Amino acid sequence: MKEIEAKKITEIVKLLCIEANYDLPKDIFDALKERIKEEKSPLGREILKNIIKNAEIAKGKRVPICQDTGIAVVFVEIGQDIRIVNGNLKEAINEGVRLGYEEGYLRKSVVKSPIVRQNTKDNTPAIIHYNICEGDKLSITVMPKGAGSENMSALKMLKPSDGIEGIKNFVIETVQNAGPNACPPLIVGVGIGGDFEFAPYLAKIALLRSVGERNTDEMLAQLEEELLQEINMLGIGPQGLGGSTTAIDVHIETYPTHIASLPVAVNLGCHVTRHATFVL
Amino acid sequence: MYKKINTPLTEEIISQLKAGDLVLLSGEIYTARDEAHKRMVDSLNKGEKLPFKIKNSVIYYVGPCPPTPGQIVGSCGPTTSGRMDKYTPLLIELGLKGMIGKGYRSEEVINAMKKYKAVYFTAIGGAGALLAEKVKEAKVVAYEDLGTEAVYKFVVEDFPIIVTIDMYGNNLYEAEKEKYKLMQKGE
Repeated sequence: MKEIEAKKITEIVKLLCIEANYDLPKDIFDALKERIKEEKSPLGREILKNIIKNAEIAKGKRVPICQDTGIAVVFVEIGQDIRIVNGNLKEAINEGVRLGYEEGYLRKSVVKSPIVRQNTKDNTPAIIHYNICEGDKLSITVMPKGAGSENMSALKMLKPSDGIEGIKNFVIETVQNAGPNACPPLIVGVGIGGDFEFAPYLAKIALLRSVGERNTDEMLAQLEEELLQEINMLGIGPQGLGGSTTAIDVHIETYPTHIASLPVAVNLGCHVTRHATFVL
Repeated sequence: MYKKINTPLTEEIISQLKAGDLVLLSGEIYTARDEAHKRMVDSLNKGEKLPFKIKNSVIYYVGPCPPTPGQIVGSCGPTTSGRMDKYTPLLIELGLKGMIGKGYRSEEVINAMKKYKAVYFTAIGGAGALLAEKVKEAKVVAYEDLGTEAVYKFVVEDFPIIVTIDMYGNNLYEAEKEKYKLMQKGE
């Protein structure tokens, strides 16, 4: 049994909150840079250049890439042979978020009640997903999720007969409805299958996959390519002001589902789809 | 290719701005987002005054990050403008001339812009670090208790924005999307 101090988890989460908000993942940065050459709209190219410059300033000056430093979404992969000592896991994570958002000068964007809307002033509670797996490794990923892209995300319970066409139409419709609000160029996370609450989870973890990395299933990989092409034909472009770069990638994750169901969720990631991981 | 303009935004200045123009804005602007808009309109309804002079002013829809030591203001990119649509026509009627945000505006807002002559700019969403460098002064002028949602007076220098809907009703979101949609299909 490997023992891990709760304090250690707090420290890791704190650093991940800051790192994720200051440093755009390299794959996203490189993909955006690459797109400048291909973007057909002059205004679109100008916007992409500024987006790149912004990421460089954030990294260099150690400031947040975007003012919306998000609600902290935390993915925990915890080996079944691990024991957390001197504290509890959930509180250790939330304490890490508290410290990270304070010490990193990050904006606190969480309200206590969705109705009364009073700021909790420390960006907690985090949204935490626990996954128990084999072994004695602990992997923690922090994804600060801003509301611009999150608000334009969608879930639809399709009929099995809607098939691939139905899935494609729904993904494209979601991107179209989002337009400029979701801060394109986007990374489009698609979750297919599971049930009503599992499909959005799949869509969210799809955003963690590196840009350019395809699903290992050939059919899904092809569907990702097709969707990416079709989305970039919509004309929405960088910031919705027209152009050929509406998305830099589409990632699909699937899971078995009920004979009567076809849940499809689309979680949109803006051009600042941030995340940072630490494995212990 | 950038046009330089200064606040206060007079009708003469905005009459020359067309959807698609790249602009570098300098001068005083005021920040206000969801809760600040609600309070401003509530106070107008109660017959009270607004926290700043609205005539010829510019409102920036933003909730900045706290500044790091030595910084004037933290990262401060635009938030989605559509959430302010409910409150905007009244403010335009009272003399608001410019809005900076990101995303679509409602028909009511666009109609008010045409009727009372106002312009809608977008700043690049997510480019908060870049935009913060253009803010030379930042001071809370109202609703301090709202924290990031308080009304700040910013003094900006060469703040980069794009004319997205002009006072004539030309809308870049519609025009450009169609252009590149057709272009892609034509290939």
